[in-house]
Amino acid sequence: MSNEGVIYRISGPVVTATGMNAAMYDVVRVGHEGLMGEVIELHGDKAVIQVYEDTSGIRPGEPVLNTEETLSVSLGPGLLTQIYDGIQRPLATLEEVMGVFITRGVDADAFDLEKKWTFEAVVGKGDELASGQVIGHVQETETIVHKIMVPPGKSGKVKSIKSGDFNVTQTVCTLDDGTELQMMQKWPVRSPRPYRQKYAPDTPLVTGMRILDFLFPLAKGGAAGIPGPFGSGKTVTQQSLAKYSDAQLVVYIGCGERGNEMTEVLDEFPHLIDPNTGKPLMNRTVMIANTSNMPVAAREASVYTGITIAEYFRDMGYDVALMADSTSRWAEAMREISSRLEEMPGEEGYPAYLSSRIAEFYERAGRVETLNGDDGSVTVIGAVSPPGGDISEPVSQGTLRIVKVFWGLDAGLARQRHFPAINWLNSYSLYPQSLDQWFRDNIAQDFPEIRTQVSGLLQIESELQEIVQLVGSDALPVDQQLTLEVARMIREFFLQQNGFHEVDAYCDINLQYKMAKAILSFQESAKSAMASGAQLNDVVNVQSRTDLMRGRFEKGYIDDIDDMVKKMTAEIAGTVEGN
Amino acid sequence: MSGKEYRTITDVKGPLVFLNKTEPVAFGEIVTIRLSDGSIKNGQVLDTSDDLVIVQVFEGTAKINRESGVTFMGDVFKLPVSTELVGRILDGAGRPRDGGPAIVAEENADIIGAAINPYSRQSPHDFIQTGISAIDCCTTLVRGQKLPIFSASGLPHNDIALQIARQAKLKGSDEEFIVVFCAMGITAEEYNFFRSDLERTGALENAVLFVNLADDPAVERIITPRLALTAAEYLAFEKDYHVLVIYTDMTNYCDALRQIGAAREEVPGRRGYPGYMYTDLAMLYERAGIVKGKKGSITQFPILTMPGDDITHPIPDLSGYITEGQIVISRELHQQGIYPPINVLPSLSRLMGSCIGEKTTREDHKSVSDQMYAAYAQGRELRGLVAIVGEDALNERDKQLLDFSGIFEDKFLRQTRDEDRSIDETLDLCWNLMSSIDTKYLVRFDQKWIEKYHPDNK
Repeated sequence: MSNEGVIYRISGPVVTATGMNAAMYDVVRVGHEGLMGEVIELHGDKAVIQVYEDTSGIRPGEPVLNTEETLSVSLGPGLLTQIYDGIQRPLATLEEVMGVFITRGVDADAFDLEKKWTFEAVVGKGDELASGQVIGHVQETETIVHKIMVPPGKSGKVKSIKSGDFNVTQTVCTLDDGTELQMMQKWPVRSPRPYRQKYAPDTPLVTGMRILDFLFPLAKGGAAGIPGPFGSGKTVTQQSLAKYSDAQLVVYIGCGERGNEMTEVLDEFPHLIDPNTGKPLMNRTVMIANTSNMPVAAREASVYTGITIAEYFRDMGYDVALMADSTSRWAEAMREISSRLEEMPGEEGYPAYLSSRIAEFYERAGRVETLNGDDGSVTVIGAVSPPGGDISEPVSQGTLRIVKVFWGLDAGLARQRHFPAINWLNSYSLYPQSLDQWFRDNIAQDFPEIRTQVSGLLQIESELQEIVQLVGSDALPVDQQLTLEVARMIREFFLQQNGFHEVDAYCDINLQYKMAKAILSFQESAKSAMASGAQLNDVVNVQSRTDLMRGRFEKGYIDDIDDMVKKMTAEIAGTVEGN
Repeated sequence: MSGKEYRTITDVKGPLVFLNKTEPVAFGEIVTIRLSDGSIKNGQVLDTSDDLVIVQVFEGTAKINRESGVTFMGDVFKLPVSTELVGRILDGAGRPRDGGPAIVAEENADIIGAAINPYSRQSPHDFIQTGISAIDCCTTLVRGQKLPIFSASGLPHNDIALQIARQAKLKGSDEEFIVVFCAMGITAEEYNFFRSDLERTGALENAVLFVNLADDPAVERIITPRLALTAAEYLAFEKDYHVLVIYTDMTNYCDALRQIGAAREEVPGRRGYPGYMYTDLAMLYERAGIVKGKKGSITQFPILTMPGDDITHPIPDLSGYITEGQIVISRELHQQGIYPPINVLPSLSRLMGSCIGEKTTREDHKSVSDQMYAAYAQGRELRGLVAIVGEDALNERDKQLLDFSGIFEDKFLRQTRDEDRSIDETLDLCWNLMSSIDTKYLVRFDQKWIEKYHPDNK
């Protein structure tokens, strides 16, 4: 047996080779053009390979070369600001080599191997190094210090180490046993990177989106699923999260989605400023774009490529957020390959291992104690695109079983142009208990109570709406009519948020709290005015309330809102005398 | 490869021919099959191995027997392209159908088409004015977009597509589109309707037609849109034209895909359609856009008829996940006699945000569109309520919204088949119609727009 075989069969992205000494998940080079592939099944002498590029024109009898490595990503300075395809080839390099259309058989380094980085050693000769320990720093972008770590599995005493300008393949540190360490390391994408232990999450990932932060918060190190039919705003939500969430690093995976949308992200991000640091967003971002018409096997790999990069930055002690848009396309890639393998299908043609793959993927999220004792996290936010918006399908169900936050997008809301179209009645977050302490300490003591009041009002509204559907709102007693009015205010003023408006797109969490309080003050003063004989219509139509609601589009709202609420309270009290 | 002819067919099943004992045959290679009467059929390799080759035959497998001769052409499917294509009518496999000469190739282009590198794309941002208010205001079309029409049988989607093809222009420019029209399994009558309309308006001279009709081989439909898009890509990216691709009916295409899947005994996905249909459709729809450094563009208008008017059917569903929005045609509006019967509520243009506003359409466009939408959506919802409790039970706000929904359909949606409204006319119309609602209920507006544009303030 050699490690070169020949092609026996080709069926779309699945190629079978014989005469090759192969192990599962070995990376192979297929045909005269050397297309990249991965061994995914063995039958006696036959190795079944999924090929990451188009296989048209390839013939049986062409050679297959086994590299005997598993599919790995390169990790080191140069990752940030990159835009990769599903197998970590930089799209910019591909453009240089192949032009605007992606052809095949081209290999590209994940980042510039020649570029010199200034390495600043933080350990010295004679220091005892453990796996994962930081040996030096590189200022990779304005905002991010790239920490060079001892690769997992290696350790020893430092024989020599030097600061200075190096490229990523030059040795910066030698250990006593002769091990040489470079700034670049490789890691197989399908294996989670090791850590010491997982912690319970206790800090929210602040996103600047009111409905998410206030009602359904996600913890750093948590996992969230966003299912929704097409047109309900999954991608916009994901992009808002990538732009505004307070993670230190963002890995954005465009998995099997639209080319033009990816381009929009690529065009927009370099010009956007991170509201948390004031620096360009691109400085903290790695993007993976494997659009729907790019090879399906590379789409399958793209989520693993992304999460491995996320874990690598987590190991440096950063809070990383990973957006995968959309995991359904990833699942479909698995289905497509599984059907080419003629595997016995599970539900809806998906392979039987679908739910375990989904679970394994989300389980790579978490807040951990890294190998070097730091605290880092990977938060995973996966969009799901259920056919027909029906979440009883396998991908949605597999996701919901594992994630703790469910942001359910709703076509009906999208149709009313209520954005973000997250349904407040069926969405949930299981994190409030663990995060409430943070909200009490950092925002306001009564934060959780205010939240309960707001969501309670929405709940009551939905019950009242059922009655209104039958008898009309005028038939309700006035206090219930007021409740409906307050709930409408919550919906239109608080939950709705214009992701494209320069001011409204990002809402500070302190302001969120003030806005929620403002709604409750309205309810309070309206109630007491009406108890003294004011008319509902007069109370509702005070100009100062309209001003308060429109004010959220103005800069400096956070400073003015308290005065606006005072003005509104006074005006509402005035409606009593008016009678 | 050699022109060696094999007579090793073992099985024929539906559109597929199985044969064994061949030289190595390439995946995707083109095949000709010579029947005993001397006629020729064409096909393509779907699966190849040392022992067995599966060929998909485009013209149907009638008359193929074990004696038929199979020749592998040594190459994948290519379309001869040149600017001579413009003004021609070709059949579903790319052969002249208009009695004209064969196309003299400037180059032979692979019909599968490579994916555009997302990094090399240019974001579409040029507003296309269609002259149809519902589209221009609420689901704005952008050059380089793929925006399907979700329709159903018996609805006037063809009229709408043609009206768009006729009227589409960039604001403030008279640059015209080249229309690439691709018919898949439509009736001769529908085809004649398209053709005569294109002829009447003189657009035929600036069009390329690929025609596979209902009585043409179903399997051929798999390649027809690929040919059309290959021609479109050539014209757009080699010859700098702005191309509008209209293909109809995607439902027939998907059914042909299902037919092949069934013949191959593949594990079916939803409703018997193959599990790879998403990827397959993406490989068509994604061939729209603008590319850095090239002047031309491809804008796509696929038309599909939703079986049973069901938008959750796999064909509209998967399409909606790939395309950049959709225009939904409503039977209800059609029955009310409203043309174009576009239901703006489920309709959407994802790229709208990038092409509307001060510099391109008008500064108030976004607010107007949002407010029209919201008011119409609420008004429509109230209709259900009124049916139960009567109009008297509504409060003032609801009454106004309810009335507005009727005005919206009658004055805003309704226009004639040759009425070409400019975007300014459309937006002014919106303001006029919305003046029937008290401004305090128009909460989606910034105050400054109300001051500037509301008829009361003019």
